[in-house]
Amino acid sequence: MSVEADKGHVEIAAGGRGVQLAGRLKKAAITAFVVLLLCIPMVAFRTVDAQDGLALVTRWDMVATLVAIAFAGQFLWDVLRESATASTAAGQVGKPVGRALGSLLPYLGAGMIVFAVALPFMPFSDRYIMDLAVLVLTYVMLAWGLNIVVGLAGLLDLGYVAFYAVGAYSYALLAQHYGFSFWICLPLAGMLAAFWGIILGFPVLRLRGDYLAIVTLAFGEIIRIVLLNWYEFTGGPDGLSSIPRPDFFGLEFKRFGENTFHGFFGIEYSSLHRIVFLYYLILILALITNVVTIRLRRLPIGRAWEAMREDEIACKSLGISVVKTKLTAFAIGAMFGGFAGSFFATKQGFISPESFTFLESAIILAIVVLGGMGSQIGVAIAAVALIGGLEWLRDLDFLKQIFGQDFDPKQWRMVFFGALMVLVMVWRPRGFIGSRKPTVALGERKAIGSDLVKEGHG
Amino acid sequence: MEYFVQQLINGITLGSIYGLIAIGYSMVYGIIGMINFAHGDIFMVGAFISLIFILLLAAVGASSIALLVLILLVVLALALALTSVWGFVVERIAYRPLRGSFRLAPLISAIGMSLFLQNLVQIIQGARVKPLPPLVPGGYTIMESANGFTVQLSNMQILIVVATVALMAIFTYIITQTSLGRAQRACEQDRTMAALTGVNVDLTISLTFVIGAALASVAGMMFLLYYGVIDFYIGFLAGIKAFTAAVLGGIGSLPGAMLGGLIIGLIEVFWSAYFSVEYKDVAAFSILAIVLIFMPSGLLGKPEIEKV
Amino acid sequence: MATVSDPILEVVHLTMRFGGLVAVDDISFQAEREEITAIIGPNGAGKTTVFNCLTGFYKPTVGMIRMRRRGGDTFLLERLPDDAINKLAGVARTFQNIRLFSGMTVLENLLVAQHHKLMDASGFTVGGILGLPGYRRAERAAIEKAKFWLDKVGLIERADDAAGDLPYGAQRRLEIARAMCTDPELLCLDEPAAGLNPRESAELNELLLDIRETQKSSILLIEHDMGVVMEVSDRIVVLDYGELIADGTPEEVRADPKVIAAYLGVEDEEVEEVEREIS
Repeated sequence: MSVEADKGHVEIAAGGRGVQLAGRLKKAAITAFVVLLLCIPMVAFRTVDAQDGLALVTRWDMVATLVAIAFAGQFLWDVLRESATASTAAGQVGKPVGRALGSLLPYLGAGMIVFAVALPFMPFSDRYIMDLAVLVLTYVMLAWGLNIVVGLAGLLDLGYVAFYAVGAYSYALLAQHYGFSFWICLPLAGMLAAFWGIILGFPVLRLRGDYLAIVTLAFGEIIRIVLLNWYEFTGGPDGLSSIPRPDFFGLEFKRFGENTFHGFFGIEYSSLHRIVFLYYLILILALITNVVTIRLRRLPIGRAWEAMREDEIACKSLGISVVKTKLTAFAIGAMFGGFAGSFFATKQGFISPESFTFLESAIILAIVVLGGMGSQIGVAIAAVALIGGLEWLRDLDFLKQIFGQDFDPKQWRMVFFGALMVLVMVWRPRGFIGSRKPTVALGERKAIGSDLVKEGHG
Repeated sequence: MEYFVQQLINGITLGSIYGLIAIGYSMVYGIIGMINFAHGDIFMVGAFISLIFILLLAAVGASSIALLVLILLVVLALALALTSVWGFVVERIAYRPLRGSFRLAPLISAIGMSLFLQNLVQIIQGARVKPLPPLVPGGYTIMESANGFTVQLSNMQILIVVATVALMAIFTYIITQTSLGRAQRACEQDRTMAALTGVNVDLTISLTFVIGAALASVAGMMFLLYYGVIDFYIGFLAGIKAFTAAVLGGIGSLPGAMLGGLIIGLIEVFWSAYFSVEYKDVAAFSILAIVLIFMPSGLLGKPEIEKV
Repeated sequence: MATVSDPILEVVHLTMRFGGLVAVDDISFQAEREEITAIIGPNGAGKTTVFNCLTGFYKPTVGMIRMRRRGGDTFLLERLPDDAINKLAGVARTFQNIRLFSGMTVLENLLVAQHHKLMDASGFTVGGILGLPGYRRAERAAIEKAKFWLDKVGLIERADDAAGDLPYGAQRRLEIARAMCTDPELLCLDEPAAGLNPRESAELNELLLDIRETQKSSILLIEHDMGVVMEVSDRIVVLDYGELIADGTPEEVRADPKVIAAYLGVEDEEVEEVEREIS
């Protein structure tokens, strides 16, 4: 009896594996077929400019490559997913790694700050690295600012770039018309941005979720179009130039002059000085944003933001004014955006509406969401990963070997970026950091998992 | 007066195109409660696919009207079918895994998908604008003013409006009379319950996306034939305006989407004609904001009440 | 106990119409200070509607709701903006579908309830950011108050746990504790015993009686659980189809034939017959 059963078992197993293989092949074929449908006609035929209109160039080789990749990819994916060894390995490695990373987080934060402070003195820190670092930190600051609105208060703002723009243009105009120094313009620009935060926040108070997102997007676009067309005031598409560059308490970063930085300190002139100064400036601004946010979380306003995100109606029943709470979130978030904008203006010396598109808002929001759960350090990591990654994608010469010589990596940056956004969201909908840290505890502060924390409806 | 009538005709034409795109937004939002950010880019893909087939089948310089009509019908069918595949795949990859997840994730995923599509098309078809000589010739002069201004109604405009009306009729039938329509309405009301009563929720939602993509592809083809020029970026702007139309008409209502589309089209044309062209998009965005703030349920939609 | 009437809440000719549907039809009653008043009635009678009018979620079509605070201040609740009802009028409520801040800890929930005191102490946040001592003192006091209430509802062990992690009964108790942290004069409870087992209901009774005695708060509650209602109420108001059909002490209401008819679902014509049958 048992022998027969065994034989039957073996037969089924053998047949089973055969069936499994056939099933996988079929699935891969279907995926490949779908990719084929997608490729015809978009990839197969490329429209090119010709003498009297457009002509078509065929690219069946490309189609064949993509279909083959699709077939192989789907097959491999199924094999990996259903393979017993792969999943247990993933499980055995994944969870402990996750936990280890989690316990490292507080040290990671301190470590990142130490690294950031020491960065200009590292041997590999040339002009390119410093520029990249300044860019990354600008986005970190913007994301921390937006985090107050989206992460803490749960207000889905897709037009945050508007406050960035207000800060930049305020700085430029104040400096040009009144000749104020950076240190006076900065707080003024922040206050103007906060003011606009209230103005733009007021109409959207009763909106929820996606609708709030779309209206804030609309506001952001309206501001950009106005900046683009109001030539007399904002310079239109030409923008504003000759924005005064920053100085080190009166010492200028110029090669020649009376009060030069390098002259005062008795060192060789280097164009790196200004960059390093700008780097520390944005680092300080970003750290201020971070510290203020952490403090605010422990204060009643911060708790009110998070409570509002969890349940607006319960807040009202406790006597908390949702109107004031929302407007405060918009105002403070906008203020930090404005500070970042001022910094941007003085760093570049020139601003135009092109820098303030919806794409920027989307990138900043993506950083906040990828970072996860209103977590400060998550946002910082996400900014480094995303912006650094975007830069890294600029020079991917090795990809030329795969895709051919006329493959231009620069154009593919945004394609990869978009794909990355989709992939990360599908993989980790709540972002890298999966838990919230309470602001106060009687005993020990225990992290709250993402399944309990609401993300807010605006 | 004549000028006004001309703008009216132009506005209705443009509005029809917006309406066809708006229906896709409305249906998707009605059934899964998310704004399909990438829908405008599906419209753009539809326009490109139409362009490629038009070129492929040598519609330019077609020898007779009959042949032209035949070619255009074939192009329409192909564009419809293939754009639907794109719509299906987008839903499958970017939205289905996130169904039932939190609000922000599908939104970011949609934005990412939109970026991906825009830049993908930019790469594989080139960043330059793609012109097409007008294929549908002729029209009628219906009015003439004293100082010689003529009001033209082109055959293309008639074609667009007729196609739109036909499609509206077909899809209204589908929604109200067929089991698909019933399944959609069930999913809109209560997805879990629908699943429990035997509705194939995944299939219903996929078909909703497919229908939306199909309508958007028609809009794309019409846009191409009417304006004669497309590029990879038309999806973003058209998408925002079509979404405004969907909200204006009342999210979840198909006649509302078409009504909203017509209104937005008319407003855009009249604003450009009588005020300023540069700020016409500001007009669209402002209307969006005003409608959402003061009339979130739109003209024909149902208001949402939160139970305390 | 014939005392002078000292109403804390006066509902006068309250009517609520939703389009053509009349949910609440010309209801008037009073709730006495430092008493527990229950509103009962079959499902759909309009009880939660009355609550929602009281606590600012609906605007009544007709009628007045007068709240008389201890110092003599009087507020017309239907005129106040929703957050002012707690802040100015001292009315707190719990909800039929529990509304806790599930992603925040139990302790944090209770601190949110003390928002205004803490807000003032933080110098509208500016002082707090600068780390001034006034706020820290106020926060410590707030935590003490939270601990007091956590002790009372038996949740002190779980102060640092996420509110969403608590079992159902504990969540209900937390909601009451949170409402009490706002120092209300009138506590409105919407079906506080729903889903509680008999032991938990008994504990709830004790809690409500304790609140009445030690906090000197008045309580208004909607409830289906007759064990709770009969045990703790000083006064019962009965609604049916949006109308007030009885208003009196538990003994009076228990014997009222109209109330019995409403719960048994008897047609209006048969009410007399039922009355005869009972007496």
